[in-house]
Amino acid sequence: MEQNLIDLSRAQFALTAMFHWLFVPLTLGLGLIVAIMETLYVKGKGEKWKTTTRFWMKIFGINFAVGVASGIILEFEFGTNWAKYSWFVGDIFGVPLAIEGIVAFFMEATFIAVMFFGWDKVSKRFHLAATWLTLLGATLSAVWILVANAWMQNPVGIGEFNVDLVRTELSSFWAVISPLAIVKFLHTVISSWMLAAAVVIGIASFYLLKGREKTFALDSIRVAVKVGIAGVIAAIITGDMSGNLVAKTQPMKLAAMESLYDGHNNAGLVALAVLNPDKKFDDGKDPFLFNVSFPNMLSFLATRNSNGFVPGINDVLKGGYIGPDGAQTISVNEKIALGKDASLALKEYKNAATEDEKTKARNAFRKNEKYFGYSFFKSAEETIPPVGLVFYAFRIMVALGFLFLILFITVEYFLHKKRFEKARLLQKICLLSIPFAYIASQAGWIVAEVGRQPWAIQDILPVKAAVTNIGATSVILTFCFFLVLFSVLLVAEVNIIRKAIRTGPEENPQNTNQ
Amino acid sequence: MEYSFLQHYWWFLLSLLGGILVFLLFVQGGQSLIYSLGKEESDFAQLINSLKRKWELTFTLLVTFGASFFASFPLFYTISFGGAYWVWMAILFCFVLQAVSYEFISRRGNILGNGVYKAFLYLNGVLGPILLGTAVSTLFFGAHFSYSPEGMTNMDNPVFSVWEGAFFGLEAVWNTPFNVILGIAIFFLARTLGALYFINNINDESIRIRARRQVAINAVLFLLPFLTYLIYVLFFHPVWRFENGELNQDAAIYLDNIISNPWTLVILLSGLVCVLHGIYVGARRSNLNGIWTAGIGVILTVTSLLFIAGVDGTVYYRSLSSPDLSLTIFNSSSSRFTLTAMSIVSLFIPAVLAYIWYVWRKMDVK
Repeated sequence: MEQNLIDLSRAQFALTAMFHWLFVPLTLGLGLIVAIMETLYVKGKGEKWKTTTRFWMKIFGINFAVGVASGIILEFEFGTNWAKYSWFVGDIFGVPLAIEGIVAFFMEATFIAVMFFGWDKVSKRFHLAATWLTLLGATLSAVWILVANAWMQNPVGIGEFNVDLVRTELSSFWAVISPLAIVKFLHTVISSWMLAAAVVIGIASFYLLKGREKTFALDSIRVAVKVGIAGVIAAIITGDMSGNLVAKTQPMKLAAMESLYDGHNNAGLVALAVLNPDKKFDDGKDPFLFNVSFPNMLSFLATRNSNGFVPGINDVLKGGYIGPDGAQTISVNEKIALGKDASLALKEYKNAATEDEKTKARNAFRKNEKYFGYSFFKSAEETIPPVGLVFYAFRIMVALGFLFLILFITVEYFLHKKRFEKARLLQKICLLSIPFAYIASQAGWIVAEVGRQPWAIQDILPVKAAVTNIGATSVILTFCFFLVLFSVLLVAEVNIIRKAIRTGPEENPQNTNQ
Repeated sequence: MEYSFLQHYWWFLLSLLGGILVFLLFVQGGQSLIYSLGKEESDFAQLINSLKRKWELTFTLLVTFGASFFASFPLFYTISFGGAYWVWMAILFCFVLQAVSYEFISRRGNILGNGVYKAFLYLNGVLGPILLGTAVSTLFFGAHFSYSPEGMTNMDNPVFSVWEGAFFGLEAVWNTPFNVILGIAIFFLARTLGALYFINNINDESIRIRARRQVAINAVLFLLPFLTYLIYVLFFHPVWRFENGELNQDAAIYLDNIISNPWTLVILLSGLVCVLHGIYVGARRSNLNGIWTAGIGVILTVTSLLFIAGVDGTVYYRSLSSPDLSLTIFNSSSSRFTLTAMSIVSLFIPAVLAYIWYVWRKMDVK
């Protein structure tokens, strides 16, 4: 398989996914904040909450459209750029996507029309219900897409490999909704609340800095900061749970997140470090030029025991340690050899002339079928993800998460003391923090997706065996096209939001067709 | 449940989703009419605001249709999406433009200007139905592809499917004129439905008068290619079917399928009558409800036509280069377990349709 094509297909999907993820977390988080604000309005807390709701709903709407547009591109790309993936795991992977469409998208699409255009057409309570149902639809959509993604990280619920069709098949629907899927959903959605809170607090701070819309700004911050604090705390808890599950299901990813080459007991969690750029996995050099660690914390995160053994990259490659299932692990080279045996047995099965030959070949395949995905590798080294990117992305995500917690608590404290209105430095920090919320959110996905490389489906299908066999030129053209399209859309989106903010919440919404 | 029943059940559901999708293309049809029906800025605003409340349903149905096809018949998804790359990318491009245009068109600071977004909507309105119609026609006329599961055992260069058209799907335009004929028919049908929708949804007599004229013109332009296509496909087009592992060709297979599933004949004829009735009442001055009659007719007609194209081992996606590898609902479906699990989920569909209907009515009442 042409490496150029693999990298281009990867780049196109990454571009689309990262662009899409600029809009989704704000939709999920702002949807909650808007629903709370409208609830306050309907509960009789004052007409001002209607104005506040409508302003943030306008921002929600501008953001929502591009999220919808980029979402459809991702779904199509599973087929256009990852056709072998679509066949190999389509029997399982397609299910959550279809359920997402049937259960979630229609709820979102139907009620969002009421949310935007129904103010004068339906009762207050019906409108409020529509707002909450739009949020529910968006969140359900996230449930199913994150179930699908969690399955790529931890493929479960698979029956016997179908040797006639050469594909994996579903054996348990409920198994697919695994603990990892649940934690991934919670972590992703809840961290989106943090992002939305940062955006709302940042924009509201802009008004305070300008001396405008003070009541609106302070009301908005009061709601958003509570959502933000709850979001960050819950994201930290679910992040810890997620790390523990990653240790069990994707030890190579955890090792990359920590740049841990040689595993040991009492492993520390790296707090701050500079990686050694010359480090190779088997050269025995120190992976860090400088590092500060929290003692024993990685062991505790991975095993819930501060003395526990955490395997490093070399341990995963060489095997020989006791895995979370209590069995001794084997080396990646052995897995590659067994995978090639499985592949040859499958080929023999397909070429078998008699039933006896078929049975023999099938049995030979069954012995090693779980290593079939490894047959596509030539060396164990290929199974190491890009350590530097994963390592730094993880630190950025975690550090920003904690910084946002400190920021939100500080904002809440100043609000409580009725000093926020005059705290111009804090307001400036809030405004400038907006892009960092997006960086944290994107970094999280880099850890999840780059950390899984080179696998499309962990231990089952590598990216290089999943890609569509089309000319690289076609992918270059569509990549360039998407790059231009996304850039234009992003500039337009940011400019529209900028204008909407400048106009402020007092504008007659009829003028903007809302 | 029997595997065969599940495969037929999902083929029926996809046919139904396809039928509803074609009906909801009234949004695209409406967009393609904005320059014909809108004479002043206030007209454009009314036309676009009317469609703005419905476009998400078409868009969502397209996504759901794709996802359901992926989940129930992944072999088609793999071959068609992976092979006809440029066709699907073109469709994607059209629909992405639509999604952003509705939100951005009336916003200050939208960079490109309102006229450009209006043009994007027009572009989506014209190209969307033509491309979708052309793509759907390949279900009847096939494409040059082959596939081989054992290709996945090639450790150095795993290959599953091979698309033999050098233009990655664009060759559908010149392989046979019928693909484009169906695209054109769907385009004019969408315009007819779009005009009927405006008559129902916009309370402005001058727009209604212009829309009624468009109903009459576009209905004629729709019926000519559609009837040509329908007659050719039903009576003259050699259809393929696997029987006892052998591939048979016969121009009467679709008719056989209709006869062995007589309800399809009933809904096909009812659908055609409803479409014609809807067009007739829509073109008359006093009636506002042509969209509903015609819409139901479109759903019934398309559902029956798509269903008979795949029932009982009939080839629904023929391989012109390796006929034995042509797709049927039997050789291209998901496993029995997956189809069963999804069938349970499909029980939500009536509830979904019910709340869509309820909200639609609620929003259009005042």
